[in-house]
Amino acid sequence: MILLELFLTFFKIGAFTFGGGYAMLPLVQREVAERGWLDAESIINFIAISESTPGPFAVNIATYVGSQVAGIPGAICATSGVVIPSFIVILLVAKFFMQFRENRIVKGCMSGLKPAVVGLIGSAVLSMALTVFVPTGFSMETMSSAAFISSVCIFILMTVLAFKKVHPIVIIILSALIGIACGYLF
Amino acid sequence: MKDKMLIYLQLFLTFMKIGAFTFGGGYAMIPLIQKEASEKHKWVTDADILEIVAIAESTPGPIAINAATFVGYRTAGFWGALVSTVGIVLPSFLIILLISYVMQEFQHIEAVRYAFSGIRAGVLALIIKALWSMYRKSPKGAVAYFIMGASFVLAAFLKMNILIVIVFCAVLGLTASLIASGRDKK
Repeated sequence: MILLELFLTFFKIGAFTFGGGYAMLPLVQREVAERGWLDAESIINFIAISESTPGPFAVNIATYVGSQVAGIPGAICATSGVVIPSFIVILLVAKFFMQFRENRIVKGCMSGLKPAVVGLIGSAVLSMALTVFVPTGFSMETMSSAAFISSVCIFILMTVLAFKKVHPIVIIILSALIGIACGYLF
Repeated sequence: MKDKMLIYLQLFLTFMKIGAFTFGGGYAMIPLIQKEASEKHKWVTDADILEIVAIAESTPGPIAINAATFVGYRTAGFWGALVSTVGIVLPSFLIILLISYVMQEFQHIEAVRYAFSGIRAGVLALIIKALWSMYRKSPKGAVAYFIMGASFVLAAFLKMNILIVIVFCAVLGLTASLIASGRDKK
């Protein structure tokens, strides 16, 4: 039952997304790509879309994948799935564990989870880099192609801009424009 | 009874407004939540907002959703939490559904494909910037660096199940901090 699978998959993602933002990118990549719901390129495309719309990434990608896979019912199942775990946890925390934040066990776990997120996002960056720069694999031919060179140049330029705190939407629009220009010029 | 209905409606509409107008994800929503929920409606205090932000760091789920659930619960119990959460999620849900259908129409246009190949390079830059931010906010020290390296290698090269990596790192962090605090007491 695809609806159930959507719900359970995104429930899993929602339950383990700590540290916000793109912390669980590798989890999303695995779960979604392995089921053939979205390919690696589409996931990266969607990150850009999510940056340009309101709403957190985890929720947005649940809605998107859900709708691509099974229309509106799919979107509802996936989105509910991703939201419900945190809903339940917050209710429990609000009701029972007012000292949640100071709890030694929580603090201890977080001291392990925060660096883990760094390593995990690092691994996501690695696989994303492969998809962005060498989607068809390494070879002398691809590495001297216009597509490769232009994507490297865009990447370097945008990294500089990102660290200069240029707004993500500006970066996305610039990347799009340069991408179009390179596509037609080279 | 009518009073309760009014509160539910107010919560729903307020969080829908917040959910519709906050771009850039996560923390960007907090000032707006503070303005609406604390200043304007006086449903919670500023101290509560600080508390939920701190709590949300250690719970699964995006911070905006967590904050909505928390404020809703504090204001009007379970149903308050429910309408607030649905409210904050609904705008992005609808927008992404729209985008999902539109994307299918535009995907085969050449310019769009060029744009997205540029965009993907830009997204990589954004994620690397996010990675850097997470690194800066992460605990440092021998255990932390070990966890960063281990989680990276386990996920990127050994392709280990991400959930197992997460649990492993949480346990490691917890153990390390308990050992450290045990040592301090002596």
